[in-house]
Amino acid sequence: MAAPLSFQKMILTLHDYWSDRGCVILQPYDMRMGAGTFHPATTLRALGPEPWNAAFVQPSRRPTDGRYGENPNRLQHYYQYQVILKPSPPDLQELYLGSLAAIGIDFTQHDIRFVEDDWESPTLGAWGLGWEVWCDGMEVTQFTYFQQMGGFDCKPVAGELTYGLERLAMYIQDKDSVYDLAFNDAGVTYGDVFLENERQMSKWNFEVADTDGLFDLFRKAAAECENALANDVPIAAYEQAIEASHVFNLLNARGVISVAERQAYIGRVRDLAKASCAKFIETQTPVWQAKYPGWVA
Amino acid sequence: MTDFLLELRSEEIPARMQAKAREDLSKLFVGELAKAGIAAPRITTYATPRRLVLIAHDLPERTEAVREEVKGPRASAPPQALEGFLRKTGLTREALTERDGVLFAVTEVPGRETAQVLATAIPAIVRAFPWPKSMRWGAASLSPESPRWVRPLQGIVALFGSDVVPCEVAGVTSGAVTLGHRFHHAGPITIGSAADYVEKLRACHVIVDQDERAAIIAVGAKMAAQGAGLRLVEDEGLLAENAGLTEWPVPLIGRFDEAFLAVPPEVIQLTARVNQKYFVCRDGAGQLANAFVCTANIDAADGGERIVAGNAKVLAARLSDAKFFYETDLKTRLEDQLPKLDKIVFHEKLGTVANKVERVAKLARWLVESGVVGAEILPGTGRGTAGAAGGGGGAPAAVPPADTPLHHPADGPPPRTGEDMSLADMAERAARLAKADLVTGMVGEFPELQGLMGGYYAAAQGEPFEVAEAVRDHYKPVGQGDDVPTAPVTVAVALADKLDTITQFFRVDLQPTGSKDPFALRRAALGIVSLVRTNHLRLSIVTSSFIAALEGLGTGWPARDAQAGTLRETIAQFEPIAALKALAALAPSLPKPGTPNPENFEKAVRAAASVRDFMLERLEFAERSGGARVDFIRAAVIIDGANAREDDLVRLLARVHALQAFVTTEDGANLLAGYKRAANILKKEAPGSSKHIPETGEEDPLAMVEDPDFAPVVAELARTNREARDYDRELAEAALVAALDAAEPRAEAAIDAEDFAGAMAALASLRAPIDAFFTDVTVNDADSHKRTARLALLARVRDAVHRVADFSKIEG
Repeated sequence: MAAPLSFQKMILTLHDYWSDRGCVILQPYDMRMGAGTFHPATTLRALGPEPWNAAFVQPSRRPTDGRYGENPNRLQHYYQYQVILKPSPPDLQELYLGSLAAIGIDFTQHDIRFVEDDWESPTLGAWGLGWEVWCDGMEVTQFTYFQQMGGFDCKPVAGELTYGLERLAMYIQDKDSVYDLAFNDAGVTYGDVFLENERQMSKWNFEVADTDGLFDLFRKAAAECENALANDVPIAAYEQAIEASHVFNLLNARGVISVAERQAYIGRVRDLAKASCAKFIETQTPVWQAKYPGWVA
Repeated sequence: MTDFLLELRSEEIPARMQAKAREDLSKLFVGELAKAGIAAPRITTYATPRRLVLIAHDLPERTEAVREEVKGPRASAPPQALEGFLRKTGLTREALTERDGVLFAVTEVPGRETAQVLATAIPAIVRAFPWPKSMRWGAASLSPESPRWVRPLQGIVALFGSDVVPCEVAGVTSGAVTLGHRFHHAGPITIGSAADYVEKLRACHVIVDQDERAAIIAVGAKMAAQGAGLRLVEDEGLLAENAGLTEWPVPLIGRFDEAFLAVPPEVIQLTARVNQKYFVCRDGAGQLANAFVCTANIDAADGGERIVAGNAKVLAARLSDAKFFYETDLKTRLEDQLPKLDKIVFHEKLGTVANKVERVAKLARWLVESGVVGAEILPGTGRGTAGAAGGGGGAPAAVPPADTPLHHPADGPPPRTGEDMSLADMAERAARLAKADLVTGMVGEFPELQGLMGGYYAAAQGEPFEVAEAVRDHYKPVGQGDDVPTAPVTVAVALADKLDTITQFFRVDLQPTGSKDPFALRRAALGIVSLVRTNHLRLSIVTSSFIAALEGLGTGWPARDAQAGTLRETIAQFEPIAALKALAALAPSLPKPGTPNPENFEKAVRAAASVRDFMLERLEFAERSGGARVDFIRAAVIIDGANAREDDLVRLLARVHALQAFVTTEDGANLLAGYKRAANILKKEAPGSSKHIPETGEEDPLAMVEDPDFAPVVAELARTNREARDYDRELAEAALVAALDAAEPRAEAAIDAEDFAGAMAALASLRAPIDAFFTDVTVNDADSHKRTARLALLARVRDAVHRVADFSKIEG
């Protein structure tokens, strides 16, 4: 058996695989966000009738998951590999399994299962049906058929695959700690790249970040989102919704948002995201209807 | 006669939906056949993660011709009637048939090929399928009307005999080709007919029959455990779930690090079960072993070695998380978690969980101090909970039964017993700690472990055993079949918690309505019924919910934080009110002795009365489920005439049982007949007069009267009554009076002693005199004095019976 893929080789393999299947290979979005689903290439492109096939890595930040580098499985910053295929192709499951085979998973020796797991993101006004994909009992991918985004029906439905790259790599390389992963084939580990980052960022997320400044940032992002909406630039507005969402996550990690306030903040972010989606649909509908007569949101 | 095979193949169907889907498929299919006039055939259904299958046996080749006749108006009827009939039937006048001057619409449906019926039935079934959640997919979903299925539908096999039933739905065309196991058999399989379907798929590594898969897992898992010298912890739910996740199940046993056994066994079991769908095992001594059984969906080339290693790794990661939470939680004392409860809203109208804890603590203490819960409520029980009758089978409980000692070797010194604490102190202490685990890391991760973890943490921080046990078990009984607590401290907290929940929600008008019971108040009420019954708790529902409501209203008792003695006295003030049954009658002019806030007092009374009615309704429900006759309960609930209700559930049930035993005897049946005759006459002759008026002259009528202004009125009334009695009683009449004079005090004494069988026996002595009275005496005498006196005598009979139960509610 060939040596298992390094972390970066695994990403490159997935890039090649999905590139060969007609996907646009994007680079990570240059903003802080909690999940690849927030990427405009997923959220906004899931709206409207036009086909869209893309794959990209998105660094995901979950401030409350930080463990100062001391937990071998939990990180406040990690990578998600996202594939979005719209409309969802009829052989999506087979395409997905092909990608697992490409990164070295042998289906004669490993147990792959599609276990019910419906996805819902209140902050995006989005939901879908699908599975968490298990490999020998480990969840390695979230597999979702988007049904709604920003409160709008997906017409057509997009299929979304979200691979947890670190988990998959730990699995393929048979490592017990994420920090022991071979990042490349030249002796650099994941820990060499990210351990100090985890220590410092955990400390900043939980202890240092200036909360007054963060509250201020939240207000400013929300206001800027409204400003962009008023001026019919929903993509810019959506960026501010992403920003507000992440700032909220930071405030949450700092423990300065009470249970009662929590719902109000989530509601605010959802309103911003939904308004951005609505405006995006509104501004794009003439373009879409020119190509797809009779299409309505 | 021909068999029909339908396979609807899709991407993975959630395991939990498969059983219901088989039922629905069968139901819809029978419905479609019925529309075509084909009687329901014998049907077999199967489900795997990737297919839903129906085989209908022995269908006819053709359907029968159906002739249907609808009667219309007469030929001579006005044109409007004819027009209406034509509109209804969609026919023209010419198409109608006339017979004996009446018009008929005759439709003749000729016999059809069954294959044709099936070809239209399949798309109809797919479109109408009631999945709990369904989705759109693919290019077709550009249109919002695109087909829906639980997950994308991939293929349809429809064979009538060996012929394909051609149809198309959801973009899928029917055929004879399906797929085998996703990894064991990649290529397509052509099915010949219903007869070879199951075996062809088996050859391609798909066991179609879900029950067979479950059996394979059950046997395989047991053998795997035995092979390792262990015993499998069986779990029906897990069996069905794993059968729903596999087409070719292969149970495999694996091990985890023994160090994780320091975590409470329930946590390990829950992690394994809920997150990973693994079975767990016990060792020879019955202790949880460091082993798990997972169910793979393939026969792995290496015998499953890699699969087991992978699964073990995942479990280890989860258990180390759990261990982390457990160890972290143990560093904080439960009382130090309490401030966090201030931030959790219990309900917007009812404050925070901290508020609830405060109320429950006081109520638990009151339950002990007022004597409802005593030290020896069920003498001789060593264990904390009583096994539920008929329990043991059924669905596995979300929270494992409390069959493990609370103390765990890793927890430190063994907990002390509460010898140095009073029962009331322990009840209050346990109530204060009972909800603290809601804010621990472990319960945050596994909400199902609420209570249980609190019990572990309480024991670990050195709380008395009784307190830790109460913290653990105070949610019990959670449902029917769950263990019912019997340990006094636990009973006090469990009862207080439920009583508080019910009373507070009723107080703010959030009682269950119809099928909606969002706060599970019905379950809580049944919990109270079980607690009361199992422990023979003598509890006035009205009084206790009144106390609970007052506490919720924030007024509390006049001396909220007074010493126990003062508190008892305060409560005692309210006892006469319950005794007066004024609460029960909900009279608007309630006495308000010494209450600080009359308005709150009245609110509390209203809440208490509605809680009582709710509890009685729940008791009736529970009894009915147990096969009891509802009319006996309704009869026994009503005491002392029309308004008063029995609100002591133990006493109520004693009445019910005595009544049930009595009425089925000959004496009982006859007394019942006599009672009904008396009651009927009274209803007819003297409607509305059911007042107690002294009749025999032996009582001093003025003794009943406390109001001096009213005394002359009563005296006058007594005088006329005496005159009315001044005639020669007939023999049977005098005998009945004598029998009543003898029976009444006996019945009364028996009732006071709660010997309801004795009270009934005393009443039974009235049977012969009543019969004789009805035979020999005319009630409706021309002499109005006699008539009045005889009616009064019948009223006395009725009222004597009513002291035990309202016999008029008994049917038959």
